[in-house]
Amino acid sequence: MRKTFFALLARDAHVARRNFATVLLQTLLQPMLLVFVFGRVMTTSGFLPMQYKSLLLPGIIALSMVLAGIQAVAMPVISEFQFTREIEDRLLAPIEIEWVAVEKILAGMIQALVAGLIVFPGAWLVMGRGVALSFPHPFLFAALCLLVALLSSSIGLTLGCSVGQGQIGLMFSLVLAPMIFFGCTYYPWSALQKFPILQHAVLVNPMVYASEGLRSALVPQFPHLPLTAVLAGLVFFDVLFVSLGLRQFRRKAVH
Amino acid sequence: MSIGIRTEQLRKVYTSAPPSATPRGIAGAPFAWRSTPARRPKVEIVALEDLTLEVRPGEIFGLLGPNGAGKSTTVGVLTTRIRPTAGRAWVGEEEVWVRRVSVKRRIGVVPQRANLDFSLTAREILTFHGAYFGIPVAERNARAQALLERFQLADRADQLAVGFSGGMMQRLSIARAMMHDPEVLFLDEPSAGLDPQTRLLLWEIVRQYGARGNTIVLTTHNMEEADDLCARVAIVDHGKVIALGTPADLKASIPGGYVIRLKFSPQTPELLASLGNAAGVTDVRALGTFGADVYADRGGSLVPELLERTLRAGAQVSDVHISEPSLENLFLHHTGRSLRD
Repeated sequence: MRKTFFALLARDAHVARRNFATVLLQTLLQPMLLVFVFGRVMTTSGFLPMQYKSLLLPGIIALSMVLAGIQAVAMPVISEFQFTREIEDRLLAPIEIEWVAVEKILAGMIQALVAGLIVFPGAWLVMGRGVALSFPHPFLFAALCLLVALLSSSIGLTLGCSVGQGQIGLMFSLVLAPMIFFGCTYYPWSALQKFPILQHAVLVNPMVYASEGLRSALVPQFPHLPLTAVLAGLVFFDVLFVSLGLRQFRRKAVH
Repeated sequence: MSIGIRTEQLRKVYTSAPPSATPRGIAGAPFAWRSTPARRPKVEIVALEDLTLEVRPGEIFGLLGPNGAGKSTTVGVLTTRIRPTAGRAWVGEEEVWVRRVSVKRRIGVVPQRANLDFSLTAREILTFHGAYFGIPVAERNARAQALLERFQLADRADQLAVGFSGGMMQRLSIARAMMHDPEVLFLDEPSAGLDPQTRLLLWEIVRQYGARGNTIVLTTHNMEEADDLCARVAIVDHGKVIALGTPADLKASIPGGYVIRLKFSPQTPELLASLGNAAGVTDVRALGTFGADVYADRGGSLVPELLERTLRAGAQVSDVHISEPSLENLFLHHTGRSLRD
């Protein structure tokens, strides 16, 4: 069984390597452009204070990881379950089909982490001088990254097994866009104080815990959600989307 | 050692259209988990009614029936891909739904529609498939090369399979199913859409694979294929086995298995009646306005008499064709319908 699992992982790694440049552009170009406009142009020209750079960076990392993880799992799953049923050869591999789904999640996590690893220094570089990050707890930061990566790929699996090829556009505009814009990526959660209803409503958005979590780990000088709330939120949504994703996968895979 | 297959009162009821009929997500609601029964009325489709059969170890077994008879669902259940509503199935000693992983190890599946991994090249499709089954690197590379050559795909081996023609995809699907040398090979409509030359190649390969003691189950609605390849055939209709036996036994079981097609003109009611009176004729059906299909228990020896009756009635004969007892006629006999309906 272990051999089969790693062979499945090797297959996804092989395909990801082959499409590396395309995937990179597809998931990271937009965050980098955002970083350039808001973190460089707007701050240098004085429309935004210089501290905004430090506030924005963790949000951008969270955003890139979440987008990369979701796309890395959802897109292939959607197309492989279409009427060509490309996924069938893996469902017929000598392993329980749940492990095929777990492998998808793991592959998505790795891609989300790679995206974070690329965006972090990239965005820092693009922003130029004036970014004030601190690493008081590197292990906590690493643990948060893993939780965010798991969150992104399990959301990807859930979406991928619930959305048809014709609804990919809808998925982006109806699910991902609100998730990003109400996900405290470009502003801290406390900035919503003047909008009390919205401030509470966004707590159902898993993205909030990802951005606020990285913010608490990298720029603790800014207001952020308490760490316990972040961890509880991330663990809760991880468990929720892993179980939802597995359920949806099973439904799609077995008739 | 060869292993057999058994099913016991298999029943499968789909509460929505079977997977092949409507690709989910295209016709369905935007988000599948919200598509509650309240919004989409439940349609019950009985794909398998009460399917009991036994495939002997090392035999090439055919499931014959029209579209929608339940052939693919049977294969789906036996290959762990469809969960039966009721009943049980075994591959060898392993009960399919209970010991899925062990069953998957022992079977190879060629689906009705090629489901190749389009992100990979032909060679990679085979080597990764080998890897899923734990075959060591050197061995899977060698096997892949051998299969690519045998299936005449070597010159396109390192191209993505997505650009292949239908016939090439089908050949690659079969090569992939053989990659881990399974004891049981399932072929769902293997020759649908193949050109005659490729079909012959396929039949040859299937025969050789069976000759090595492997068990092969193939579904088809092509009579010739079942007749040519299979040791035994089950005729399936509406999710049930309606006849089972060797092709020869099955054909011998129907009276008047021969069909003599006569083309002549003019066609008159008197002439049709006269043909029906010949000894050994069981039925006469008008063939448009220019001839008749004569069902009889004999073939060639009846032709002179039929011709004489036709000529005596003053008609001109333009063609005579004799078809021997066939599974097609058999299906017609059992169901009152043609296989192609």
